Amino acid sequence: MTMDMNTRTEKRGISLGSRAKHTWTLIKNEKSLYIMIIPVLLYYIIFCYIPMGGAIISFKHFSPAQGLWNSPWVGFQWFEEFFRSPYFARTFTNTLRISLATILFGFPAPILFALLINELHGTKFKRIVQTLSYMPHFVSLVVTCGMVIEFTRYNGVITQVLGIFGFPQKTMLQEPNLFMPVYVISGIWQEVGWGSIIYLSALVGIDQQLYEAARIDGAGRIRQTINITLPCLLPTIIIMLILRIGGLMNVGFEKIILLYNDAVMSKADVISSYVYRKGLLEANWSYSTAVGLFNGLINCILLISANTITRKFADTKLW
Amino acid sequence: MGLEYTKNEKIFNYFNKAFLTALLFVIAYPLYYILMVSFSEPMRHMAHQGILWNPLGFTFDSYKTVLQNSMIGIGYRNTIVIVIVGVALNLTLTSFGAYFLSRPRAVFQKQVMWIIVFTMFFSGGLIPFYLLVRELGLYDTLWSLILPNAIGTFNLIIMRTAFMCIPYSLEESAKMDGAGHFTILWRIVMPLSLPTVAVIILYYGVHHWNAWFNAIIFIKNRNLYPLQLVLREILIVNDTASMTSGGNAADTQMVSETIKYSTMVIATFPILCLYPFLQKYFVKGIMIGAVKG
Repeated sequence: MTMDMNTRTEKRGISLGSRAKHTWTLIKNEKSLYIMIIPVLLYYIIFCYIPMGGAIISFKHFSPAQGLWNSPWVGFQWFEEFFRSPYFARTFTNTLRISLATILFGFPAPILFALLINELHGTKFKRIVQTLSYMPHFVSLVVTCGMVIEFTRYNGVITQVLGIFGFPQKTMLQEPNLFMPVYVISGIWQEVGWGSIIYLSALVGIDQQLYEAARIDGAGRIRQTINITLPCLLPTIIIMLILRIGGLMNVGFEKIILLYNDAVMSKADVISSYVYRKGLLEANWSYSTAVGLFNGLINCILLISANTITRKFADTKLW
Repeated sequence: MGLEYTKNEKIFNYFNKAFLTALLFVIAYPLYYILMVSFSEPMRHMAHQGILWNPLGFTFDSYKTVLQNSMIGIGYRNTIVIVIVGVALNLTLTSFGAYFLSRPRAVFQKQVMWIIVFTMFFSGGLIPFYLLVRELGLYDTLWSLILPNAIGTFNLIIMRTAFMCIPYSLEESAKMDGAGHFTILWRIVMPLSLPTVAVIILYYGVHHWNAWFNAIIFIKNRNLYPLQLVLREILIVNDTASMTSGGNAADTQMVSETIKYSTMVIATFPILCLYPFLQKYFVKGIMIGAVKG
């Protein structure tokens, strides 16, 4: 087998041939190292790359009986169908609305939280705050949504407490306009503490001398925060923001599926939950794959643009 | 550090503490409330308005009802199987990948890294994934919850970062003594990065424990339901009827309320009780990831 490979590469020139040969000896000498990577690559090929290739059914009229290869091509039919359907406007706006609200409120929350915790200088209280605020992260999504549904029912504890301030005693998750606030606030409850860890670890790395110098110059706490802490946090914030924007169209649909119901569908249905319903509940394989692919492409474009913009203006980048 | 606070700073500290205390209350109280309701008498809970400080009455009745439900036991059993087998597989494959990527001068390393990282940004989507798992014959088996989650790319990168911190000379001397790569990995690299390995085990474990979506699309046989799917039936789909057979409708409604809270406690508190002991490891893991970022 090696002979065969050598004769073939030799035709393309000595250097290439000897390089391939060199590579091959390197691999042969450390066989076990390369055996190790085989199952890993197999995993990625089977469970990540084959589905990527399988996304081709969005250009076909796929039916399991005919199989992937024999199903007929239909071009962009499914995409057109989606863009023309009333669901396009609905799911697209809902995705953007819920996602932007999550970024607007959910993204700064852990940063502010980290800044406040950071001001508690090494006290026991600081430890308690951290320990307790990380806890909701470990509550499973199903239980969290169960809690949300119970608490926001017309006789639930949150509705009752808000009732003191004149809030109507209605089941919140039956009100289309309340779906997004409930979704965003429960998300902040679950992740604010956990999300602050990454910023806290960046804060630990700031040189304390900077603060001392600022104090000598008479800078107060707020000045120190604006002129020292925030600039030092900026690279972390930007990286997190790029990642967040790249996932803009990936609204946590698992949570939406758990929380929504017919009454709030008009404001709660997002692209990915629509893909789930169309594909897995109604078995419109090709159509829903097309919708999912559309969603994935927007994400890719967003991620690349966010990265390019920050690379140009802030000199911070993901790659 | 001999910090002396000015008057303004003292006022700031005071407000900061007050604000964080209020925030902490909002974060922690829902969990406390669940615990309190789970011990309450259904009747009194129905009549109660607003927040709770102690259980209304004290009874284990709703816990008894929950534990009599065979599905909870089945769910726990399946989840434990998934966590143990899943984490074992996760750890094996993740350490293989991380080891390969952390070697200096391995051939094709860059290409392999790209293949792996690319999957973080683009995927084929839900439907092709679903059809693939069906095609592989994993449908309605516990393997459908284990194999497709065999590697978490982020965890792989964290582990690689940790492996790269180990001085290479240690491995070279082991190699001189005739140790192969598998031996170096298990005997030298893994023990030396034990804190990170612990973090990764915990991350994977929690992930398997909390996962429910793959189960809802792949598992139809009720005997294979993981815990989260059982919870979903009780908490979201609102199916407590099987547990509260007998009695009139109003009774059932009342009992089912407290049953839900006991179910949440039974499903969540094992992890929450374990968690304060594990906390420092979790946090360390995020920090390692952050250093990389």
